[in-house]
Amino acid sequence: MKILVCISNVPDTTSKINFTADNKEFDKNGVQFVINPWDEYALTRAIELKEAKGGTVTVLNVGEADAEPNIRKALAIGADDAIRVNANPKDAFFVAQQITAVAKENNYDMILMGKESIDYNGSQVHNMVGEMLGIPSIVPAFKLDLVDDNTAVLEREIEGGKEVVEVKLPFIASAQQPMSEPRIPNMRGIMTARTKPLAVREPVGADVKADYVNFSKPEKKSGVKMIDPENAGDLIKLLRNEAKVL
Amino acid sequence: MSVLVFVEGLNGEVKKSSLEAASYGSQVAQQLGTTTTAIAIGDVQEAALAKLGEQGVSKVLYDGDSRLNQFIADAYVKVIAKAVQQENAKVLVFSNSNIGAAVGAKLAVRLNGSLATNVTALPTIDGGSFVVTRGVFSGKAFADVALTSDLKIVAIKKNSIDITSGGGSATVENFSADLADADFAVSPKETVMQDTNGGVLLPEAAIVVSGGRGLKGPENWHLVEDLAKELGAATACSKPVSDMDWRPHHEHVGQTGITVSPNLYIAIGISGAIQHLAGVNSSKVIVVINKDPEAPFFKAADYGIVGDAFEIVPKIIEAAKALDK
Ligand SMILES: Cc1cc2nc3c(=O)[nH]c(=O)nc-3n(C[C@H](O)[C@H](O)[C@H](O)COP(=O)(O)OP(=O)(O)OC[C@H]3O[C@@H](n4cnc5c(N)ncnc54)[C@H](O)[C@@H]3O)c2cc1C
Repeated sequence: MKILVCISNVPDTTSKINFTADNKEFDKNGVQFVINPWDEYALTRAIELKEAKGGTVTVLNVGEADAEPNIRKALAIGADDAIRVNANPKDAFFVAQQITAVAKENNYDMILMGKESIDYNGSQVHNMVGEMLGIPSIVPAFKLDLVDDNTAVLEREIEGGKEVVEVKLPFIASAQQPMSEPRIPNMRGIMTARTKPLAVREPVGADVKADYVNFSKPEKKSGVKMIDPENAGDLIKLLRNEAKVL
Repeated sequence: MSVLVFVEGLNGEVKKSSLEAASYGSQVAQQLGTTTTAIAIGDVQEAALAKLGEQGVSKVLYDGDSRLNQFIADAYVKVIAKAVQQENAKVLVFSNSNIGAAVGAKLAVRLNGSLATNVTALPTIDGGSFVVTRGVFSGKAFADVALTSDLKIVAIKKNSIDITSGGGSATVENFSADLADADFAVSPKETVMQDTNGGVLLPEAAIVVSGGRGLKGPENWHLVEDLAKELGAATACSKPVSDMDWRPHHEHVGQTGITVSPNLYIAIGISGAIQHLAGVNSSKVIVVINKDPEAPFFKAADYGIVGDAFEIVPKIIEAAKALDK
């Protein structure tokens, strides 16, 4: 079983989000980067499947050199090797083309990634890659099991419910909770990760179709209005007459 | 040239999120000086489709193939792609649902379009430039994105566009993309729908009542449910609550759960950790009920009540009952 897991390098959830003075770019200053939390569900499930059935797990990141500590972390958690496509991931279409180019050279049995990245919240890449490769994309999945060497069964969320989908390999799926329980790398993992292969390649020429021109932050709330607990029922009046949401 | 809106049906009606998409599409069409067509599939009545005229849709193409009542990405893509070509659509509008985001991404590849998901505001159109605003960094920021391809595809974040009214009636035409069995190759084996509180889907809900660990146990959830029922709200919970199986996983909101952006979010016994806020911080009005005056959630709230939920929530339920609806 050959599994490709795509990971993105994103600001830790607790980070303060700031932009450069002209509001044209995200300001990385003082920000701690982590593996996108949704991707960790995909990574851990891939490693669990490898442990059960044999095979390899390759991690792929489209990003610049500063992503390497988190790529090494994925190797320390249990991936076998890694590929970094050396590029600033400009938009989803660009990233999808890079992943597709790597996938076309290697016959992966499945491609997994998180349901979205917590920085650009796009939820686009998995379906774009599926379409580019002409293989099914099952998103967002919260359960993934192999039936046999050629077939997997997944459960995915649909609005108001869930679906059980059986699919032939190869396919692509996006992961969400509770597909697996993300792992913390242990000492041995960290040591072996240092010598695991991390290949760097240049991007394929690809167009960008969504051009980020400006960033802004939401208006600050004007402050909280406290209501006397004795008269808690007043809340309903305020919600109707003042906030006008009832 | 036209604007095309994808419309999802549920139990015979048009989904609320699709009414938002139609309202968005018609306002874009107005800016562009063109008309709005809808492409509808699934379980929806003709009368409900004709009413899309209220939102400014002039024509609805309806594919009533019952196999489309389930979400089959390849089949949906084929139907919509055909409608885009027939209508010579330059702007394609979806709701940012699981379906809309998935189909939008596939169509962007197949039809060589530019895609923006999680869109929160009407576009700025200036000559050839088309710039939309979308939510990024889990509600902590917005980005303006220029869509540069001829075909622009947008998926609208729920509850971010007001539903317009005042238009007339839309004509409804039958439409077929001559789907083959192969288009249904990846079909679900089984579909399980959840129990919803009075039929309100959490991601669509205008009002959400949510409970955290402060409620002490699943046996106390009647407080959340009763208040939700009075307000016509959906119910939600924090992560530990679903991890402990007090509530089902699909109710868990936050960074690792679902994102909601209702008009009103009422948080009961939830501390307001940053990972929780990531899923709810774009709610228009936030009410926090917590016995700890230092709970971080109060910083993100519009209205706050410090006190014991077991005493406070019954008072609010009483007041809600007295409200004429
Ligand atoms: C990577 C990661 C991802 C995460 N993702 C999510 C996520 O998606 N969603 C999420 O919710 N969390 C998430 N968390 C967990 C998050 O950090 C918090 O631990 C969680 O939100 C806390 O839930 P809570 O507020 O219900 O419980 P607690 O933090 O235990 O808070 C309970 C609150 O109830 C109050 N309280 C107690 N008794 C009463 C009473 N009688 N009346 C009124 N108030 C009372 C307390 O004062 C307290 O503020 C994540 C954490 C990590 C590390």
